[in-house]
Amino acid sequence: MYAQMVRSDAVRVRSLEEMDPRERAFQERIDDGQKIEPKDWMPEGYRRTLIRQISQHAHSEIVGQLPEGNWITRAPTLERKAILLAKVQDEAGHGLYLYCAAETLGISRDEMYDQLHTGRAKYSSIFNYPTLSWADIGCIGWLVDGAAIMNQVPLQRCSYGPYARAMVRICKEESFHQRQGYDILVTMCRKGNDQQRAMVQNALDRWWWPSLMMFGPPDADSVHSAQSMAWRIKQNSNDELRQKFVDETVPQAKYLGLVIPDPELAWNEERGAHDFGEPDWNEFLAVLNGNGPCNRERLGARQAAWADGAWYREGLMAHAHKRAAGVAAE
Amino acid sequence: MGAPSPDADLQAFLLRMGDSCLILGHRISEWCGHAPALEDDIAMANVALDLIGHTRLWLELAGEVEGAGRSADDLAFLRDADGFRNVLLVELPNGDFGNTLMRQFLFDAWHVPKLRGLSASSDTRVAGVAQTAVREATYHLSRSTDLVVRLGDGTAESHRRMQAALDRLWPYTFDLLDVDDAETALAAAGVVPQAAEVAGAWHDHVEAALAEATLVAPADGPEHRGGRSGFHTEHLGYILAEMQFLQRAYPGAVW
Repeated sequence: MYAQMVRSDAVRVRSLEEMDPRERAFQERIDDGQKIEPKDWMPEGYRRTLIRQISQHAHSEIVGQLPEGNWITRAPTLERKAILLAKVQDEAGHGLYLYCAAETLGISRDEMYDQLHTGRAKYSSIFNYPTLSWADIGCIGWLVDGAAIMNQVPLQRCSYGPYARAMVRICKEESFHQRQGYDILVTMCRKGNDQQRAMVQNALDRWWWPSLMMFGPPDADSVHSAQSMAWRIKQNSNDELRQKFVDETVPQAKYLGLVIPDPELAWNEERGAHDFGEPDWNEFLAVLNGNGPCNRERLGARQAAWADGAWYREGLMAHAHKRAAGVAAE
Repeated sequence: MGAPSPDADLQAFLLRMGDSCLILGHRISEWCGHAPALEDDIAMANVALDLIGHTRLWLELAGEVEGAGRSADDLAFLRDADGFRNVLLVELPNGDFGNTLMRQFLFDAWHVPKLRGLSASSDTRVAGVAQTAVREATYHLSRSTDLVVRLGDGTAESHRRMQAALDRLWPYTFDLLDVDDAETALAAAGVVPQAAEVAGAWHDHVEAALAEATLVAPADGPEHRGGRSGFHTEHLGYILAEMQFLQRAYPGAVW
């Protein structure tokens, strides 16, 4: 899940009775489980919300190449290097499908890049944390991709057809990513030495809370979430997904012999779920507002890649024009 | 000291192939997330992935021929720079994206005829690896050639950058096309193609593409050689310091 706090333009969710006939028919199609396709009429708010969400998701995939790319040249074996390269390549590919899905809503990829580079569009807060050891690569696969899958599986049933279909393919690859991350940690924790286990625990201590923040702020009073749910852009609440993530992750941590850095974490027999502590939402907002550990480096790297590549893109365009002119002259 | 055995010649040659793929794969992977277009991020990761795949095949075979129980990982992560046999071209820094593509083009134009020749090797293990690798390398060559032509014959700025890259990299093509006694002996035994055939194919391809790209190879300047005897540029040591960090810092650890 790489979209957090997506604004929906809604002040509150309106009832069917309050809608004009066209909007009401649209909402009824959604309530009936039908897919909305690019050429169908849709309310402007729906279109804008989807553009924000899908582009934020795409930007996250692209920025997400950076923290993992940081370890490709230092991967410890040829096999790990090849797997990590394949994974980062998949992420760039996800970015590509998602930009294409957003383009069906009437925005160009260049416009979306511009929004990213000028700070008007966000990407997931998680990628503003540094990757400090090889164990971080394992933790990203296990926790970050794990949290992403939790959010993306329901998105396969999203009301907007192109987004839902892009998610089907993305989810298949994400589940491979999560397994590769967990496999790194299984090897380090169960076949490795004490130094390696300490490296993994240190990585978990740093990645645990930012991973929980990936689901977004608590549900209470979130009008954007409510509108997105009414439009079936979103299917589950932030808190539901966060709970599911914690419940699935705790036994995995135990298998690895790791301690989750939350003193409040405990099994609640009555609820049949884990109780757990509250992430530091001030930290979350600071990261979202550009003040996390690596925000400037991540955005700076993307801005530089785009600016430094301008001559390259212009060169290719110029050559294409020359060829087209040559063909026209013949 | 006796004459080098055929196996020692073959091992040196396999290291040359494997190390060249490894170091170029390393360099290209530095672009990950920084390429000038999303499609290029994907393509660069793909080429790097192919090259790391080839590395594993060549180095496994090199370890097998050596017979001392060294794995592909042992060879990649536990040798020092003077043990590496890669061509010098691949260890040069990426520079701008044009320099990276020019380096790739000059390498691919050597790699493809080399692998085509090796596909018919009298050693079936060598032929097997080459037949797998040549399909991917052919795609790499077609992409890098296409981009060099477009950028050479693009804007004045893209032309200037590509010409500067060619001038910078050209001295290292002498190392790329160099031959030594070991390789001459292997060629005589039909294990590897004749160096002159590979060099001829390289010249034909490179000259035609450069002409179309409106680029001109320098007529004089240094002629660097040394990769095949372990005499490298200053850059390789830094690549290895980075690449081998975990294996060196945690000796014997399982990853």
